[in-house]
Amino acid sequence: MALARRPGSQMAEPPLLDVAGLRAGYGAFEVLRGVSLTVAAGEVVAVLGANGVGKTTLNRTLSGLLRPRGGRIRFAGSDITGADHAAIVQAGLIHVPEGRRIFPNLTVRENLLLGSYARGRPARAATLARVLQTFPRLAERQRQKAGSLSGGEQQMLAIGRGLMAQPVLLILDEPSLGLSPKLVEEMFVLIGRLCAEGLSLLLVEQNVVQSLAVAARAYVIEHGSVALSGSADALARDTRLRTAYLGL
Amino acid sequence: MMALLLPALVGGVLTGGVYALVALGLTLIYGVLHIVNFAHGSLLMVAMFGAWLLATRLGLDPLAAVPLMAGAMFAIGWGLYRFVIGPVGRGDDRGVLLATLGVAVVLDNAALIAFTGDSRSIETPYALQMVQAGPLLIPLAKLVAFAGAMLIALLLWAFMALTDTGRAIRAVAREPEGAALVGIRPARIFALAYGIGIACLGAAGCLLLPSFYVSPQVGGMFVLVAFTVVVLGGMGSFPGAVVGALLVGITENLGNLYLGESLGPICVPLLFIAVLLVRPTGLFGAVR
Ligand SMILES: Nc1ncnc2c1ncn2[C@@H]1O[C@H](COP(=O)(O)OP(=O)(O)OP(=O)(O)O)[C@@H](O)[C@H]1O
Ligand SMILES: [Mg+2]
Repeated sequence: MALARRPGSQMAEPPLLDVAGLRAGYGAFEVLRGVSLTVAAGEVVAVLGANGVGKTTLNRTLSGLLRPRGGRIRFAGSDITGADHAAIVQAGLIHVPEGRRIFPNLTVRENLLLGSYARGRPARAATLARVLQTFPRLAERQRQKAGSLSGGEQQMLAIGRGLMAQPVLLILDEPSLGLSPKLVEEMFVLIGRLCAEGLSLLLVEQNVVQSLAVAARAYVIEHGSVALSGSADALARDTRLRTAYLGL
Repeated sequence: MMALLLPALVGGVLTGGVYALVALGLTLIYGVLHIVNFAHGSLLMVAMFGAWLLATRLGLDPLAAVPLMAGAMFAIGWGLYRFVIGPVGRGDDRGVLLATLGVAVVLDNAALIAFTGDSRSIETPYALQMVQAGPLLIPLAKLVAFAGAMLIALLLWAFMALTDTGRAIRAVAREPEGAALVGIRPARIFALAYGIGIACLGAAGCLLLPSFYVSPQVGGMFVLVAFTVVVLGGMGSFPGAVVGALLVGITENLGNLYLGESLGPICVPLLFIAVLLVRPTGLFGAVR
């Protein structure tokens, strides 16, 4: 499966996302101390790392919620380092955050419609139809307040809202967090489907085994920078990763 | 007494309509910015003086001035938030709260300098005109003010429910970070919401002018009622603001009718306490 995603192709054309020496933090607290990674067009890349290592901080910096303190972010051919979050959404880099951050006081349908806030109306109906087809459970609950959805449905809604923005690259921050084993399974089926459709994905996950099964490549973050990287297959066999995560 | 009951009820509803407009602006600003806008009364006073100036200097009827004053007050509110309240408050709720208080103090004293403490009013051709409705005689100015207020409330509701910007305002109110992730700029929405809240005052000022005196202190009177209405209806709730305002208008009138002008005013605070005892979050308040 991983072979089909031609991991070598980023050699030829410049990568879709190219992060070099990225630094970010909060106050005096430095979290990222020079993170470098790339995602090629159509590629699925996993980011792994222990709790509190800065994966969410990386995502927040990429999507412009947090200002980078150093380094460079190139996306789809332009430099977006320090760009404002709305401009980054406009460019098609869409972040589905940890903790979902849906609008609880709005209906499911309104949440989805706001997903395309930066896109305007022309393509909206078609995108909405496609997203509702992907998430039949959301289609049934369109008029329900989003706050009354179950945790799994809320996660679906967060992803659906992200898809409404017509992403070029979708960042998923722990989409399986807090889901039952059955729903985790469903979530990875969905992620597999999204990448089969050619969507580029940056996937942050605690489910190491399943993430490596779906991703072409992966990065492991430790002490604020990339400690380990390579093809998902190679990392799945890597003893250092196995000891760090799987306790094997 | 029964012959007086119906007119008092109708009068209460009519006054309540304009209270609703003042309260809608207040509840919108509270719902989005999570602060009580201390400048609300002062900005209503500014709107009433604006309408008074247009009427006395340019001969523009206050009812015709509603769109103009709503637009002007929107600009003032938006600018105040964008250049004063936002930067001074720096996103800290207490800072924002104190900034609105500062704006109120400046506006009140500026009005005292410009207009002295005197009360003023305008003459309109319809000031004493009455509309006959069955056994009732209704003052035309109040009827028009009520209709105008309800129309504006309806427009505001449609805007909030049906437009992208309206949805964005509601989204930012509860989940600013999620809103940022779909490309909404929360700081712009804050300024916009403040502007819209103040635009309601522009309309309210015009609708009130034909039947009320205007003075630099006039805002305090209305805004105390509006605070009561907003808490009674449920902080941040639109239907709450409208229903609460009508209830307060009716209670006020019935209180004055049955208990007299001196004892009557206790009825609204009594209603307020009674409702909050039964429903601490107000009539339409979200139970969180
Ligand atoms: N707003 C904040 N202010 C200060 N420190 C923060 C803030 N957000 C995160 N941190 C700290 O930054 C570090 C990295 O946090 P981050 O959320 O990026 O980790 P993570 O890798 O996503 O962890 P997890 O796997 O638990 O989600 C942590 O030590 C955290 O306490
Ligand atoms: Mg995280």
